[in-house]
This record gives sequence, structure tokens and C-alpha cells, in this order.
Amino acid sequence: MAINLDAKSPAGDLKDKWSKHKFESKLVNPANKRKFTVIVVGTGLAGGSAAATLAELGYNVLSFCIQDSPRRAHSIAAQGGINAAKNYPNDGDSVKRLFYDTIKGGDYRAREANVYRLAEVSNNIIDQMVSQGVPFAREYGGYLDNRSFGGSQVSRTFYARGQTGQQLLLGAYSGMMKMVSKGKIKMYNRREMMDLVTINGKARGIIVRNLITGELEKYAADAVLLCTGGYGNVYFLSTNAMTSNASAAWRCHKRGAAFANPCFTQIHPTCIPVHGDYQSKLTLMSESLRNDGRVWVPKKENDPRKPADIPEEERDYYLERVYPSFGNLAPRDVSSRQAKYRYDEGKGVGPTKQAVYLDFADAIKRLGQDTISGRYGNLFEMYERITGDNPYKTPMMIYPAVHYTMGGLWVDYNLQSTVPGLHVLGEANFSDHGANRLGASALMQGLADGYFVAPNTVSHYLASTTLEKVTTDDPAFKDAEQAVMLQTSKLLGVKGKRTVDDFHKALGHIMWEKVGMARNEAGLKSAIEGIRKLREEFWQDVNVPGDAGHFNLELHKATRVADFLELGELMALDALERKESCGGHFREEYQTADGEAKRDDENFAHVAVWEYTGSNSSPIRHKEELKFEYLQLATRSYK
Amino acid sequence: MSSDNTFSLNLKIWRQKGANAEGKLVDYHVDHVSPDMSFLEMIDVLNEQLVRKGEDPIAFDHDCREGICGMCSMMIDGKAHGGYKNTTTCQVHMRLYKNGDTIVVEPFRASAFPIVKDLAVDRSAIDKVMIKGGYISANTGNAQDGNSILIPKPIADEAMDAAACIGCGACVASCPNGSGMLFMGAKISQLALLPQGQPEAPQRALNMVHEHDTLGFGNCTNHAECEATCPKGISIEHIARMNREYIKAAFTYHEKTRSE
Repeated sequence: MAINLDAKSPAGDLKDKWSKHKFESKLVNPANKRKFTVIVVGTGLAGGSAAATLAELGYNVLSFCIQDSPRRAHSIAAQGGINAAKNYPNDGDSVKRLFYDTIKGGDYRAREANVYRLAEVSNNIIDQMVSQGVPFAREYGGYLDNRSFGGSQVSRTFYARGQTGQQLLLGAYSGMMKMVSKGKIKMYNRREMMDLVTINGKARGIIVRNLITGELEKYAADAVLLCTGGYGNVYFLSTNAMTSNASAAWRCHKRGAAFANPCFTQIHPTCIPVHGDYQSKLTLMSESLRNDGRVWVPKKENDPRKPADIPEEERDYYLERVYPSFGNLAPRDVSSRQAKYRYDEGKGVGPTKQAVYLDFADAIKRLGQDTISGRYGNLFEMYERITGDNPYKTPMMIYPAVHYTMGGLWVDYNLQSTVPGLHVLGEANFSDHGANRLGASALMQGLADGYFVAPNTVSHYLASTTLEKVTTDDPAFKDAEQAVMLQTSKLLGVKGKRTVDDFHKALGHIMWEKVGMARNEAGLKSAIEGIRKLREEFWQDVNVPGDAGHFNLELHKATRVADFLELGELMALDALERKESCGGHFREEYQTADGEAKRDDENFAHVAVWEYTGSNSSPIRHKEELKFEYLQLATRSYK
Repeated sequence: MSSDNTFSLNLKIWRQKGANAEGKLVDYHVDHVSPDMSFLEMIDVLNEQLVRKGEDPIAFDHDCREGICGMCSMMIDGKAHGGYKNTTTCQVHMRLYKNGDTIVVEPFRASAFPIVKDLAVDRSAIDKVMIKGGYISANTGNAQDGNSILIPKPIADEAMDAAACIGCGACVASCPNGSGMLFMGAKISQLALLPQGQPEAPQRALNMVHEHDTLGFGNCTNHAECEATCPKGISIEHIARMNREYIKAAFTYHEKTRSE
């Protein structure tokens, strides 16, 4: 094996690792910074904050986004909030507790040093965002307000109504716009990354498609930061945006970046249920709703009554019953699984039965409608627009849906992948959430990576690496461009009968049924077979009309689905090989008597790291052993 | 929520191959429209039909489909995002229409938003206005503790009202003058309300308004069409605050220190 999986976690006490590491990192002097160019792909919280910060430091930043403006990256849709260990409410929080909650929430499958650093910088993020004018919710005294989120017993979540992601992203975007005005960021909108260019083993540039003209463009740099989000859309239906895709990460994987824990997918418990086969996406109802909403189903199977007609004693508030100490704020993986159990028992509600109630009646009685509307008004409106039901009057119906992927490109403590110079930030990497992410932690991680981690570690890389001068005339650029052109003409040349969405839906169906909330050996094996067959059919029968020389939306979708069809297989394979249950990865063969995940720490306390070996050979599974020096591996309990 | 009460629709959709091509309204017919579909899902269904026939699908901008990214646009029956209160196009649902309806779908039209293709337009002018001052110059690493800046709740709430802008451009498309003063006013107002925004307030107002005018956006003449159509319900009070900021800056801010 050629890949190096040294995590580079600094030695020394947990509390001192990050400051020690920063001190030991090499610096680039101010006059030399302007000699370096850094590519940042993606403008969500990770990419936006990294681009702005690197530009402030003096680097020349080339920033790429798939939408028509960096302000539209999908971080914008995060609703509930962002965690930080400020302990403003004086309820017992600390950096150590946030670290502990995150490791435990991730079912002990994340790296201690990374998670501690995340908790450590969380407070700086809040300060930075306040200074940029993010209008966080305030109390009457003018102080910042906090709310609670799942998987924690303290209130550490900062929020801006039900649109925290939007406000943080606009904060990061405003930082970018400031640096665009100073000429330090060059912005390229409506571009999609098609390939990574490596020269002498180092990441030195990218090939992108200009989505409007269809042309391929080449950009060279001294380092590449991939901040392109997760791959939840492999399931077709997810809470991800329509253009969220895995291609940038997958192309990097094929260029040598190892992929870690691809099977770790987060299925979020509170989404609006599926209502038809024309459906294009699922909408999340923020986890914050579980602060005041109570989740229940009828005790009787196939109960046809309206929720209002079911008396209190005939309702099963199952989260409160099963997890008395966390109740409705049990973590996401656990809550989703319990919803599935109710469906399996025949107690699901609504026309498809794939739903449970989220009821605000008690909270409205206790606090009044005005208070509830102040907290969640925009979410209630959104629910009513989509479903036609008024949640002030009748309980919401919710069901789990794919929301986030904890897996991603493997990175070391410096957020560098197995390709030198390729750094991976935010959801695109695998680093901090283990097998399950806690609510309000994605925003925290994206901004921690972009504001505070990457600017230090990328500087160290640039200062300590010999980087020969490279231009886009290098043959490596031509080769990569040729490969993209070849794939494009192959896609356009099939001229089959089935649409791209047809294939994507078929893939999504396999993934949801067999690589979803519950997995088993037989199902995973048949998923792998099914995906291979589907992939063959795709390349024989897909219909991509038009040509590559214009704004061709079907072509854009087709290239993404071609990659999903490869990644989906790796996800199933990873799930098959991980013979334990942990966090969002639930193998039916490995469960406790009461249906909880049963980890196997002896054999699986490691990160599964996959190496790509070519389209005709099987990927190789490597391991990064996880050492727990500060926390004891314990059975995760929320009871 | 699933239903068998599907219906049929007639659509007149603007088709235009590229920025400089000639465009026209083209008639389409869609069957099996479910009342639970979103407007964009209805267009998805139509596009699938077109692709199956080997025709070029209708280009339109969209992304999050949750009403927050601001990517979707469209004039539906002459109104930006369909004209429903606090609703973006992606959140318009077909239960608002009935069997046999004819719906006219056009791109946002404004001189600052040239058409890219069909229903997709180029709104980069919004970023260009923001580049001229839609930010607080707070470099990463400088920040003091978040609670050292106390902000009264009503002020924070009002700043949040302004900050809710999704930059979709519906205000521009709805305004008879093609003015961008609602989205720009919302940003200027948000930052003017907050103590953190004070040091740069005068330059911000002067520079952003100057850029806005240069890019071909029109002026505000108080039609308030923008407020009526804004999917985030942003009030024209923010335009008033912007005007106040601008006038204050124009009288008190020294021209020589103005950064262009």
C-alpha cells in the first residue's frame, strides 16, 4: 500500500495539542504570502470562511461555486443553530463537555484530538460571527440567547430564528465580498469541479466546467481546498439541495484521496414525509422543534382516528418512554431508529403510514401560541406551505430522511487528505462526527475548519513544501481535461431511452431500502449487485439530450449520477465490512435485546479508509485505529 | 397527503436559447399534476416529458427547494415567485391551482438581470452591490467576546428582519423601475442597526448606492411592489433607513476619505 494514514495528532496533553501544534507549524512571512495561490472549491460555511480568511492573510484565493452566487451554498438551509461551549447559561458546559458529548454522540468513532480542537475553537466562532454582524437571537438584557439540541443536557446552541445557517453563511459570504473588493479573492460562479490535477504527487489545480457555456476551464494553484459538502443525494431523496453532489470529492478519490467511513450517513428524524413519486427532495423540520414538540404515535396499530380524537392514554410518547433522561431530545440516529420501529410495528400515521406525530399542543398550552410562534414561526409557516396543514392546530407529521454524511475524504489533523496539498474541510471530510453527528454541530465544524484550522495548517503546508512553478500548460492539465471530455462525449453518445432522473431514483431506492436506516448482510450484498447492474444499464441506456457546448442541465445531472453510481457501491461495501452497529450505521445482526446499536470495539474501533485501485479492481480497505486516551469507550446510553 | 385528485394544466413558458437569442412563449400541457407537488416539481415532470421526446428541457434556477437559498426565480402569471405571501417559487404548491388553468411562466425581467437561458437570469449584479460594502470589515481572529457587545432584543430582532433577505431579486423584478433598493436597503439597514456596523456606515451607504445606480438598477419611487412580493416579507422601512443613512453620509462624510 502506498497511502499514508498517519493522523499527525500532536503529542502532549489533549488541552495543549492545538496551541502546541500551531506554535510548531511553519509560517509564511507576509511578503511571501502574496506569491501563493490557493484554490477553494465550494462557498458554504467551510469554503466561505476559509476563502475569506486565507485572503485576509494575504494569499491569492480562487473561489469556485456551483450556484450563481456564493451566498447560495447549502449551508444556508441549516435551521436550528450552532453549538459553542460558552457556558453563558451557567448550566455546567465546558470545552471538555462539548468534546465529550461530540465523541459520545458519534458513538466513539471519531478522533479525539480533532474533536477536542473543534470544541476548543467553538467559542471563537461565535465571537467572530457576532463581530461580522450576524444577528443572533438576544435576550432582553442584550445578551446572546441559547437553546437546547439533541444529545446534550446543556443549552449551548446559538441561533438566529430558524435560519441560523443562512445568517452564518451570509456572514462568511460578507467576509468573502470584502476580500473580493480588495482583489484578494477571485470569484468564479456557476462552475462545477470536474477533476483534480496532481503534479509530482501534489494537488496543483482543478478542471471545472463553466455551467453556462459548457466549456472546461483549467486553474493552477499551490494548494487546493475542497469544501464541497456531503453526498446525501446518492439517495436521490434527501434534505440536500438539488445541486449538492459528490463528484468533486469522488474525482479526488480517484486521484488518490482515500475515502473514510463512506457508510456513515445521518438519517434525520424530523423531516416532512414523502408524499409522491414525483418528489424531488425532502424538507427538514429543525431539530430545535423537539425542544417543545412531543413525538408520539397511537398505541393501537393502524389506528384510523384523527390525532385529536386519540385520548392521552392511548398515545405512546415513545422517546419519553424509552429515553426518560433525554426524552424528545434523544440524538438523531436513535430517534430515527425509534420512528422506524414504530412504522415496523404498524403504528405509523398518515396516508403512507411512514410518519409519526410531532405535537406542540402541550407547549402551546404552557407557553402560549405567541411564544411558540416567536421560536418556530417560520418553520410552522414552511410546514403549512408544503403540507397544507396548520401545525398550531394539528400535530406535524414527520419521518426520518437522509440529511448529512459523516463519512468523507480522509484527512489528518491538518485536514490534509492522502494527496499532499489537497485539504478537505467541512462535511466533505470525515473528521469530527464519528458515526453520528449531533445537531448544531455541522455549522460549528464548517466554520472551525474554515476560520481557524485550515488557515494555520495550509500555511504550514505552503511554508514547508517545495512547490515548483506550475501553469495550466502542464501536460497534467491537458490529460485531466481530456479525461473529462472523453467522459462527457461518452455520456452524450449513449442516446438511450431512460432519463438521468430515472437512474438516480432507481439508485436512491436501492440505497434507502438496503443501505438506509437498517442494514443487513444479505441486503447489502444484493445492493452491491443491484448498483453494479444499474451502473451498466446507465452507460448503455441513459438519455442525455443536447451537447456539451451550452447550459445543459441534463448533462450536469448525468455526470453527478455517474459518480453516485460508483460511490453508492462503496457505501454498501463499507457497510458490509463494518460488522457492528454504531451511530447511524445500524446492522440488524448486531443489536442489543432492546434494539440499540451494539458496537464491537475490539474489532471495529477504527476508521475504515478506502483506497481506489481502478475501475476494474476492488478498492482496498485500510484502517486508522482510534485510540481513546482521554475518554473511556462506553456503551452510549440516553436512557 | 397523497391523493388521486390529479389534474391537468396548460403552461405558456418563456423559451430563449441564450442571452442574445430571441425568446418567445411556448405552449405546453401537463397531465397528472398532484396538488401536493411543488411548482418546480411540476416543471420537473414537464422536463422529463421533454427529455423523453429528445427535446431540450426548460432551464430554470433552483437549488435548496426550501425557500432559503434564493436561487429560484420566475414570474408566474406576471408576479415574482407567483405573488403568494412570503413564498418563493420552490414553495408554491400546486394545490393553489385547479384543473384547466393556464399559467404563464417568464424569467425575472430587469435591465440589471440579463437572461442566461429560458427562465434563468444573471443576478451577479446583486453580488457586485454587496462587494461595495455589504459587510463589516472584521478580520478573522480579532473578535472580542460575543457578549461584550450588548444589543437590545428589539434592535437585534429588527436587524434580523432585514438580514432575512435571500438575495433572490424578486424586488428588482417586481419594481416598475427595476430598482434594487429593497435588497440593498435591507443590508444597509441591518448593519446600520447594529453597533458593529457603525464604523463603516457612511462609506457603506455611499458606495453601495453608487454601485447600484451604475449597474443599471432604477430608483425607488415608493410603489412598494417589492415589499408585496418579497418572499421574506422585508419591509420598505429598510429603504427609508437606507435613505436616511445615505443622506446623513452625503452631508457629513468627507469625500476625500471615501473609498471607491
